[in-house]
Amino acid sequence: MTRTQLVREGKRGGRASRSRRLSPALLLISPSIILMLLLFAWPMVAGILQAFQSPDGLGLDHLERMVGDGQFGPAVRNTLLLIVVLLPVQFVLAIVMALLLHQRPKGHGLYFYLWAVPIAVSDLAAGLVWLAIFTDNGYLNSALSTIGVGPVSWLSYTNPTSQFTAILVAELWRATSLVMVIVVSGLQGIPKDYDEAANVFGATYWTRLRHVWLPLLKPSLQVALILRTILAFQTFAVAQALTGQDFPLLVGETYRFYTALQNPNVASALALVVMFVSMAAAFLYLRVLRDGTEGAAR
Amino acid sequence: MSSINDRPLSRRTALKFGLGVTAMPFLAGSLSGCQGASTSGGGDFTFISTQFTPIEEKQRYEKILSTHVKDFKIAYNSMTAGEVVTQVSAQVKANKVSIGLVGGLHGDLATLADNLEDLDTVKSQLSSAGISDDLWSLATLGGSTVKYIPWMQATYVVAAHKSTLAYLPSGADQNKLTYDQYLQWAINARKATGKAVFGFPAGPKGLYHRFFQGFLLPSFTGGQVTGFASADAVTAWKYMKELWANMNPASTNYDNLQEPMARGEVLVGWDHVARLVNAPKDKPDDWVMLPSPTGPKGQGYMLVVAGFGVPRGADLDQATKVMTALSQLPAQAETLRQNAFFPVVKGELPTDLPPAVSLEAKAVGAQQNASNAIVAVPPVGLGKRDGEVSQVYKDCFAQICKDGKEPAAVLGAQAKILQGILDQAQVPCWTPDKAVAGQTCSVA
Amino acid sequence: MSTLAPSRTEQSDDVPVDLRPLRRLKRNRLLLQLACVAVSLFMVVPFYLIAVAAFSSPAAMNEFPLRFLPTAFSVETMSTFLSSTGVGAGLINSLIVAVGTLALSLVVGAPAGYAIARYAFKGRDQYQLFLLFTRALPIVVLSVPLAELFLNVGMYDTPLAVVLLHTALTLPTTILVTASVFLAVPVDVEEAARIFGCGPLGAFGRVVLPLALPGISAASIFTFVLSWNEVLGATILTLNQRTLPATVLSSLSDSPLTFRFAGGFFLIVPALIFIAVMRKYLINMWGTTIR
Repeated sequence: MTRTQLVREGKRGGRASRSRRLSPALLLISPSIILMLLLFAWPMVAGILQAFQSPDGLGLDHLERMVGDGQFGPAVRNTLLLIVVLLPVQFVLAIVMALLLHQRPKGHGLYFYLWAVPIAVSDLAAGLVWLAIFTDNGYLNSALSTIGVGPVSWLSYTNPTSQFTAILVAELWRATSLVMVIVVSGLQGIPKDYDEAANVFGATYWTRLRHVWLPLLKPSLQVALILRTILAFQTFAVAQALTGQDFPLLVGETYRFYTALQNPNVASALALVVMFVSMAAAFLYLRVLRDGTEGAAR
Repeated sequence: MSSINDRPLSRRTALKFGLGVTAMPFLAGSLSGCQGASTSGGGDFTFISTQFTPIEEKQRYEKILSTHVKDFKIAYNSMTAGEVVTQVSAQVKANKVSIGLVGGLHGDLATLADNLEDLDTVKSQLSSAGISDDLWSLATLGGSTVKYIPWMQATYVVAAHKSTLAYLPSGADQNKLTYDQYLQWAINARKATGKAVFGFPAGPKGLYHRFFQGFLLPSFTGGQVTGFASADAVTAWKYMKELWANMNPASTNYDNLQEPMARGEVLVGWDHVARLVNAPKDKPDDWVMLPSPTGPKGQGYMLVVAGFGVPRGADLDQATKVMTALSQLPAQAETLRQNAFFPVVKGELPTDLPPAVSLEAKAVGAQQNASNAIVAVPPVGLGKRDGEVSQVYKDCFAQICKDGKEPAAVLGAQAKILQGILDQAQVPCWTPDKAVAGQTCSVA
Repeated sequence: MSTLAPSRTEQSDDVPVDLRPLRRLKRNRLLLQLACVAVSLFMVVPFYLIAVAAFSSPAAMNEFPLRFLPTAFSVETMSTFLSSTGVGAGLINSLIVAVGTLALSLVVGAPAGYAIARYAFKGRDQYQLFLLFTRALPIVVLSVPLAELFLNVGMYDTPLAVVLLHTALTLPTTILVTASVFLAVPVDVEEAARIFGCGPLGAFGRVVLPLALPGISAASIFTFVLSWNEVLGATILTLNQRTLPATVLSSLSDSPLTFRFAGGFFLIVPALIFIAVMRKYLINMWGTTIR
């Protein structure tokens, strides 16, 4: 070994041990960073570059093709519409469910289990079961026919409102449990003393909800919101099962370009749009909700 | 308060939980050290395919493989076309090929063209099988060498419940329907039953674009690409718009017609033979299978061809043995009997076909032997762009029939997109359009 | 509902009893039960329909109106499904993969979650965004590069490959959910344990872990279920040693309706069992006063 090498080695060793002393956090998070980088670093670079490859080097041809595609506009609109309508409804429902359980009704253990059931169901299976419900000769029309109503073509493209409602109900069923479980696990940590203290001072249910539970639930709600938003951008199986191509979503378009159209370049461009929008949402949540939490905790 | 009791309890459970968690990596380590279990029957030759994905079809084809291929045990993996493409191209790229044989439709294999071995030697070994020259020329995928060996073929026909025959317009011969009579039939049936009983496989996985490419347009314009935006094509799409108005609107959700037919939602419809075969399964006497209708230019119909390809770097000798075994008439006839795909090799069809298949065989025969038949094939030589061409026809349908836009304007705009794809691929036309070697196909 | 506490006050015999609070309590309890039953119906009815359809004869699924009771009971479809090639082996592989993913993602993820909750280190936000990065990109576009990567390191077509990919996919959930729960555990408790002679690990194991158990079990539910239901990654990284969904899903989606229900039902059951086990850890400490 040459001298310079030795010196460099010594330096590197020194820096490493100092930083370890400085930050136990780094030690705790490093395995996850290493795993992610080993697995995704190269495929990510390769995948993202696809979007900008053109016959002559780098270019924006594929982005133009993506924007020019007739399904792109509707897909953006549908994706945003679904998320904007679905998430608030879903969070209200999930919080209500968690608060119902918090009252410890008789059989709350069983209720919790039943309400968590949809977590076990994959999006493909969920699409299947809701198709069986809403299809022309399906369960909903079967039930309606016993009282002499119908049949109604819920999923027909001529009826976009009922199509959208069907997708909304199915997604509400499929993914609310995830939020509910996160909120319940967050509620577990709230000390009873706080609640009892509030009670002693005669606080009503609503006051306690607003000033005790919701502020303490903020970390859980933040996490649930980030995860749900990102996952909501990723799912299309239910919408596709119910409406075919009539309700295109961005990630469904990504799959269509990658598999049916065999155009990985445009698929990558679409994937980048999905990623950009979800990351922007996650960033926003981290900023807005973090400041709130720290204010509430002090 | 209960929390006093809760405390030690939860701590004990926590401890157990923690122990379990720490034990798990060791468990997982010992499990992943050994190999996982084989999910494809432990065969020593891997055959992946886009065909026979439905559970029962797959089980029946596995049986055909084990009786007709004696030399090895074959692991048959059926998966979606996208997965097949990913698997094969990743293995070829990494130069670690463990797939012995790829089965797929013409279009699936076209996508993989760059990853497949040349099979001219296998073609010459199979010269006695009697595979038609048309099929061999398709199998070149637009190049100069054979890229796949024809495996089996199919087409599309019309299935109809016998109760609907009463609504046929007067004077119509059910085996020689014109497109106008087919439309009138749909209108009569809708008026008589009060609901649209004609269906169309226009779901996400449906094959409806093949109706435009291989049936409607050849019958009305004589071509598939040339005359795409001609006056004849405008007539054809106006006809389609009217036909669609008399079809079940839930059709946009049908990937195949046999299921809505079995449920009674659809009583008449055009689809792939393998996607109609289960409709008459339980009550074959209630159903008829009819050849496709005839238009002003003739009776257009599309041939579906499936073939075997060998990934670059795979063991060609082994693959040849398997392909040869499956190209024998008994194996091919058994495939028809079990899974409703027709032989590509010469020979008499078996006489003991199941009722549904023999209904189809009659309709297919009538279609092939019609004096005014116009044979169409799926796009040739487009490779990866095959799906994008299909998308052009799907978009025409969506804009003209579903959104109600003016056909001439839509066709003009889509013609430009289609021409753009053809120009980039620089392919000559394919049947029924006239192929001129070296000259790029043109829509005009 | 807010009247819970006051109603517990004792009433003596000679004072006229005011029954109103009691009545209100009873009414509230009834409303609570009604609400719970209504939510339960919404959550369970679709699952019930999958179960009925899975055990119906194919002919019964083509009738109209459909039956809401299992009067056409048949195990024919289910037994055909179970006897198809690869179901048993797929089940074994799926268990290996799910348990391996669970273990690995907790071992890697829980400490990271603890770090996010306890240390205000530089780049904490960036780290969280980095984690989400991999979840935000639809990984279908990484199919070929990912498969190539595993082919080149010789781990292609092994359960271990799927475990690694699933772990990477579930890490964001594991880390963020555990972090949100560690955040709720007051630092004072941990410090108190340290003062009373616990080492850092001891304090973590005896004090923090029990309090964070609900969150850890919630995270493990998500991890297990995600790995159990994941198809895309499993299909691109394996060929002959697939997980159950990867083995059967492409056949199922093209199979007749009854098969899809039978397969769908069979795929759900193991995940349901796992949730049943984990539920105990998740909700056994309502309103804790340990602090």
